[in-house]
Amino acid sequence: MIKIDNLTKIFDTPNGPVTAADNIQMEIPQGEICVLLGPSGCGKTTTLKMINRIIPPTSGRVFINGEDTSGLDTVDLRRNIGYVIQQIGLFPNMTIEENITAVPRLLGWDVNRYKARATELLEMVALDPAVFLKRYPKELSGGQQQRIGVARALAADPPVMLMDEPFGAIDPINREVIQDEFLKMQQELKKTIMFVSHDIDEAVKMANRIAIFRDGRLVQYDTPDDLLAHPKDSFVESFVGDDRALKRLRLVNVAQVMESPAPCVTPQDSLETALQQMEEHGYSHAITLVNQQQQPIGFVSKQVAQTTKGYCGEHYVGLKGLANINDDLRKIASLMFTHDSTWMPCVDDSGRLVGHISQRGITHYLGATYRRDGRQAAPYNLKLA
Amino acid sequence: MLRPALKRASYILALILMFLIGAELQSNGFIEEMLGYQEDVVYLTGQHIELVAISGGIAILIAIPLGVLLSRPGLAHIAETAMQGLNIGTTIPTLAILALSMSLLGIGTLPAVFGLCVASLLPIVRNTYTGLLEVPAHLREAAAGIGMTARQMLLQVEIPNALFVMFAGIRTALAINVGTVPLAFLIGGGGLGELIFTGIDLDEPVMMLAGAIPTALLAIVVDLLIAMLAFLIVPKGVNPLR
Ligand SMILES: Nc1ncnc2c1ncn2[C@@H]1O[C@H](COP(=O)(O)OP(=O)(O)O)[C@@H](O)[C@H]1O
Ligand SMILES: [Mg+2]
Repeated sequence: MIKIDNLTKIFDTPNGPVTAADNIQMEIPQGEICVLLGPSGCGKTTTLKMINRIIPPTSGRVFINGEDTSGLDTVDLRRNIGYVIQQIGLFPNMTIEENITAVPRLLGWDVNRYKARATELLEMVALDPAVFLKRYPKELSGGQQQRIGVARALAADPPVMLMDEPFGAIDPINREVIQDEFLKMQQELKKTIMFVSHDIDEAVKMANRIAIFRDGRLVQYDTPDDLLAHPKDSFVESFVGDDRALKRLRLVNVAQVMESPAPCVTPQDSLETALQQMEEHGYSHAITLVNQQQQPIGFVSKQVAQTTKGYCGEHYVGLKGLANINDDLRKIASLMFTHDSTWMPCVDDSGRLVGHISQRGITHYLGATYRRDGRQAAPYNLKLA
Repeated sequence: MLRPALKRASYILALILMFLIGAELQSNGFIEEMLGYQEDVVYLTGQHIELVAISGGIAILIAIPLGVLLSRPGLAHIAETAMQGLNIGTTIPTLAILALSMSLLGIGTLPAVFGLCVASLLPIVRNTYTGLLEVPAHLREAAAGIGMTARQMLLQVEIPNALFVMFAGIRTALAINVGTVPLAFLIGGGGLGELIFTGIDLDEPVMMLAGAIPTALLAIVVDLLIAMLAFLIVPKGVNPLR
């Protein structure tokens, strides 16, 4: 856990003092990623660098796991904090192996232990040790260097990581890939991470909590969903963007929104049964058809069931789209728009039908947080209308 | 595609020329006459090398720590002034430095070594200083951020990354040094200058050449040696030659 207590930094410049961080007060729970977010020059980097004292604070204190770090030796403090900088900063004179093992070597690990660690770390960041250990940084692509930067910070398994726009220098496609890999690693490693970004999409994707900065002040500190649903003031609102409701879609997965259990029919059922089921559950358009393994294979429309006699297996239409329970709502919304459908069967990882998701369900879910807060609800609904 | 061919042609031409000159010199007895100085040449070359090695060695030992010191943030306020001072130092002709050194320390090996040392100090100090300052700030930040002490940062990050530039300084310094050593004879320092200057005085071109040719060869060998050292010592990741 990191606790920042009244942290302030005032730079003395030829043009007078500049307050880069103004009484910052925040707490990052154990194992969470906190993203410091805000426009350029708002004090994110300054705040981050006061944690490992690359920038000495003017006043205020930093506690790590309850311990006041001002009492610690600077070098010891830094060896226990993983640090990733935007420029990556791999040492060009060292091989990848030497770069990754820099901290373990400073800590005096024995050769076998740190060599084994280097191999393990390269595998963790999805690079082949046989290929990369003996290479030099200049022989790697930007994305590969960035991975090594992260591996170096993780080398001595520090409980806390500081990352200053770590994926900023990579092209958008690789950035998504590295973000995903990093999140997957974090699920196992559970580091307490402070992460600087100026990109709201990155923040929403990576963060457990987002801290919005403006002119050296912490304006809002909330979970991504709360931040998007309830921006505190017009600055935050404009910073998170007009499409903040859509951004929230990404934070919710199908399992949270779907209606289950899902009524369905089999090919052997008669159309009469299908119609009966639809009326019973209030379905106005169609019902899902599943095979013997409970896997959706199509749907029977209400219109057909009303006008035709026979079995479902003879009168169904192929599936338009399928939602996995782990998909986020952004993907589902996109699928629904593509297929011009208002609902979709949901399946688990073995492909079995477990529920239904509908546009109404999604709107309802997102609306629930807005309705909780009357002040926000009115303008939001107006915007939609 | 013309260049390699041109290069090869010029090599061949040079070889033919050298062969012709060799043959001519052999036929007019020049080489035999030169061999008459063999003993002197060997002895004086030894002395010459000794002067280069001692004065160059001392210059390196003084200049590198000095350059490192000046590059430290704590001395930033005087570093530029000091570098300016040293820059003015280079404009003094090496012969004048030797003369000043003699007026200070008399004649003999000591003033010669001292003068040579001073003359070859500056390029090393300057290149060490600028090489270290040119190490990107983010590398220093990364080093500090992972918990290196100032000393570890200097030895593991700053110097290795400045080493190529530092070697360039050493190369320049030794070129100046080797070129100045013949002058050391004038203040009683010995070396191949003895043959050169005596040869000039006595109007004996062969004697002069017996001093001049080994001096020139030595300069080339020293330069190659430093280049080779740079190739081997500067880490592969920051060595433009590899
Ligand atoms: N070393 C410094 N000296 C003077 N001013 C600085 C220094 N570092 C940062 N600042 C100022 O502090 C403010 C915050 O900077 P920074 O924390 O780097 O912003 P961010 O990372 O959010 O872009 C800016 O106005 C910047 O100009
Ligand atoms: Mg910044």
